Amino acid sequence: MSTAMFGAPVRRHEDARLLTGAGRYLDDLGHRALAAAFVRSPHAHARVSDIDVTAAAEVDGVVAIFTYEDLTGRMAEPLPLLIPHPALHAPRTAYPLARGEVNHVGEPVVMVVARDRYLAEDAAARVVVSYDPLPAVVGLPAARSARHAVHPDVPDNVAAHLVQAVGEVDTAIAAAPHVLELDLEIERSASTPLEGKGVYARWNSDEGSLRVYTSTQASTSVRAAVAAKLGLPLVKVDCIAPDVGGGFGVKIVHPWPEEVLVAWAAQRLAALAPEGIKWTEDRWEHFVSSAHERGQLQHVRVGFDSDGRLLGLDVTIWHDNGAYTPYGIIVPIITSTQLLGPYKPGAYRCEFFSLYTNTVIVTPYRGAGRPQGVFAMERTMDAIADHLGLDRAEVRAVNFIAAEEMPYDQGLIFQDGRPLIYDSGDFAATLDKLKALVGWSDFQAYREQARAAGRRVGIGLACYVEGTGVGPYEGGHVQVETSGKVMVATGLTSQGQGHQTVLAQIVADELGVDFDDVEVTTGDTRRFGYAVGTFASRAAVMSGNAVALAARKVRQKALRIAGEALEADPSDLEIVSGVVRVKGAPASAIPLSTVAVLSNPLRYAFDEAAKAATQFAVGDTSKPPVAEDDEPGLEARDFYSPTQSTFANGMHAVIVETDPDTAEVRVLRYCVVHDCGPLINPMIVEGQVHGGVAQGVAGALYERMVYDDAGQLLNASFMDFLMPYASEIPTVEIDHLETPSPLNPLGIKGAGEAGVIPGSAVIASAIEDAEGFVIRRMPISPSELFELRASYAAGRVPGLRRTSGERTDPRTRPGHSPDNDSPDNDSPDKET
Amino acid sequence: MRAQADDGLPAGPAAGEQTREVTLRVNGVGHRLRLPVRRLLSDALRHDLERTGTHVGCEHGVCGACTVLLEGRPVRSCLILAVSVDGQDITTVEGLAAPDGGLHPVQQAFRERHGLQCGFCTPGFLLTTVAFLRETPQPSEEQAREAISGNLCRCTGYQNILASVLRAAELSAGREEQA
Repeated sequence: MSTAMFGAPVRRHEDARLLTGAGRYLDDLGHRALAAAFVRSPHAHARVSDIDVTAAAEVDGVVAIFTYEDLTGRMAEPLPLLIPHPALHAPRTAYPLARGEVNHVGEPVVMVVARDRYLAEDAAARVVVSYDPLPAVVGLPAARSARHAVHPDVPDNVAAHLVQAVGEVDTAIAAAPHVLELDLEIERSASTPLEGKGVYARWNSDEGSLRVYTSTQASTSVRAAVAAKLGLPLVKVDCIAPDVGGGFGVKIVHPWPEEVLVAWAAQRLAALAPEGIKWTEDRWEHFVSSAHERGQLQHVRVGFDSDGRLLGLDVTIWHDNGAYTPYGIIVPIITSTQLLGPYKPGAYRCEFFSLYTNTVIVTPYRGAGRPQGVFAMERTMDAIADHLGLDRAEVRAVNFIAAEEMPYDQGLIFQDGRPLIYDSGDFAATLDKLKALVGWSDFQAYREQARAAGRRVGIGLACYVEGTGVGPYEGGHVQVETSGKVMVATGLTSQGQGHQTVLAQIVADELGVDFDDVEVTTGDTRRFGYAVGTFASRAAVMSGNAVALAARKVRQKALRIAGEALEADPSDLEIVSGVVRVKGAPASAIPLSTVAVLSNPLRYAFDEAAKAATQFAVGDTSKPPVAEDDEPGLEARDFYSPTQSTFANGMHAVIVETDPDTAEVRVLRYCVVHDCGPLINPMIVEGQVHGGVAQGVAGALYERMVYDDAGQLLNASFMDFLMPYASEIPTVEIDHLETPSPLNPLGIKGAGEAGVIPGSAVIASAIEDAEGFVIRRMPISPSELFELRASYAAGRVPGLRRTSGERTDPRTRPGHSPDNDSPDNDSPDKET
Repeated sequence: MRAQADDGLPAGPAAGEQTREVTLRVNGVGHRLRLPVRRLLSDALRHDLERTGTHVGCEHGVCGACTVLLEGRPVRSCLILAVSVDGQDITTVEGLAAPDGGLHPVQQAFRERHGLQCGFCTPGFLLTTVAFLRETPQPSEEQAREAISGNLCRCTGYQNILASVLRAAELSAGREEQA
């Protein structure tokens, strides 16, 4: 290997254009396109009794107005159920435009196409839709009570019910010396990329083809979905994800109603829209018509021994999936499997109910169900430690899977339908690093010092394991051009992760070329048609290995051709900075650019370089110019398809200060130890961790979706949804472990989601430690903490057994023996 | 579907829409154009002048992605009507680099310190930082944090943006010494 880009904090290729205003995001395209706007339901649940577009059609500049009645063929069918699952017994997906009924505020009802967006919105405002409101099901308690149904043919509101179990959990818990029960709650947040969704489609009447640009995490699958809906051959549809202004999960869902509607209208109105049709989501639309995540209620029953070792863990989860289930039940599956983290649970049973509500759909948001699972497990770990009077880190350590037990089979089925088998990891080492980084053992002294100064501080920790790099596959194409430039393509898309940089680092190393000579294209079906998408922290693992494999093929071919030209054995050759040379005799050399020329036997010398490859210049006349099993060109493609996910892990510790008067929570220190295997680019990995942690802090302390009982989202703007600014986000201190994965050629694991996963768990742990009473519900606002203090003082909220501050814990029982207290229902506050 | 009968679309504003002729001076170049009076400055820059470096993240003035400099001061172009800035100097992200393509010290600093990921909020942060460093060339970390706390970023967690602002101050000071 002639260069060493892998592992270097290389500055990003993307930045040159993104820093100068030369990026091209969806709304930067199609300046002469017509604009679409949507009339959306103002009701959470209603029947649509009439739609009157008369006044709207009179607006100057309006080109067309569509309702469900206008949709034909497969456009009139419900949108696809992307990920079916046997446990999803009552799946429901929306129609592209409402068919007689709306199930959440924001559901599209009418599409208006006009000369520009202003006029389209003028017209949309003049559409009169008559609704007969129906009772709205909002929140998990309402969904569980089933007093009203979201979908009349699903009277219990249960979309899915799944139980996974390992061992005999009831027996294990009954025999356990200690038993605790916890009721937990996590509220909704959302991906909230700075760029909303958007789609721009242009029908080419001359070719009978469609080009779709969309701000997506899955362009190949949008292409397939649009082709299917429109009844077009796949080869007549291109789909391109241009620069995408953040995704975080919400843009993996597809096809969105707008994606198929804009494409369909572009074809149908081709004569009136030669430059195509574009829709750009506005911020309000993003809040009410994209997707949310996180909302769950959980009940945990755990049996454990006097060292805190888990003997049996029984978890029930009620998951709010919103109005429809287009993305299946991936989120609760991940919660129920990744809940186990780095631990051996003894016997384990997890049961979940995925429930319909008249709210925005719930699909993966960075972390994708893991933050909830980690919340359940880590709250349980803290409860066990407090119950036994043990150190919280010690209780975790006693439950760890040991490094020498890897690979470790948890006995469950993961989100990819494959066994949940951890491939590698050294959890004890991770914890040691974290304790050193945060100063775990010194905290009591710090607490005393702070207390003396009238300050209230607490420390918390949380651990997680993250399945990354899920299949089924990704591919890569690597081509050396006759200029010496190396063009790389992979089908998955980018939303800021720096794929153009890290994939170029990998190819530069594999091929022996300069990093700056490698140009990477992602998410463009014209360049690479086979892909799955960017989610589940999979891009580096999947496409990284795929382009490495493709580059290795190219390297082999280059060495073979160069060997013939230099009359040397390929095994005696090396490639350094784009030049193939004989090892130890660098004067005997040929540039890759020339090898590229030689790889393509030519008849026509269209430029100087091509002369070298023309028929009178090269070739053994006894052989065909292109051998039977060969192809012209110095290029190759290959695919990486693993048998299972690779499991990264990490642990976070946080020190918080809670204001004794205002109950404001301030994060004083946020420490992360992260193990995603060898780092391709530490600068980029740390950036991913920073961003993830910020979303974790946001979800713990600031963000929630506030629905009223009628299903109105009360905070659907950046004024009211408290997405943090720099003033709210702490500095993140990071240390790494690099435990390689045995599963893939590069030994890497995914890193994209990690930072967000333990956010609510670790901050709850620290607040609990500072306050001395149990925290069972996140996020937590200052006013909620203030009220909890009052409830605690009134004896309505259980305190911790360990003392915190100068408080007397009403539940502390001096001299109490923990050995005769089973079962002990540690049930939490339910008052809010 | 109710499609309009006419086969061609009239160019320009809709019938009855009030318009006004204005000069938008963007990055030192004047553009004379007739705009509907309700056209947002952000839309005029992006869609009438096709300078798409200015991004729109919320259209209600909170996220700061659309920040441009108006007579040197940072403003939210999504909260300003284009016709209200007739003749005033507007600087967008396209106007930061030198004519030879050399990056502005603030751009350079964001590149060095990995101050951007998806890049959507970045133009707003760049222009906010340019204006801030003109007034506060040697900021403390707290001043820098305060200065960028009116712009939203969803990717970076702000840590590297803060580092970029401080680095930009260093680079700018270095350039002045050289000059």
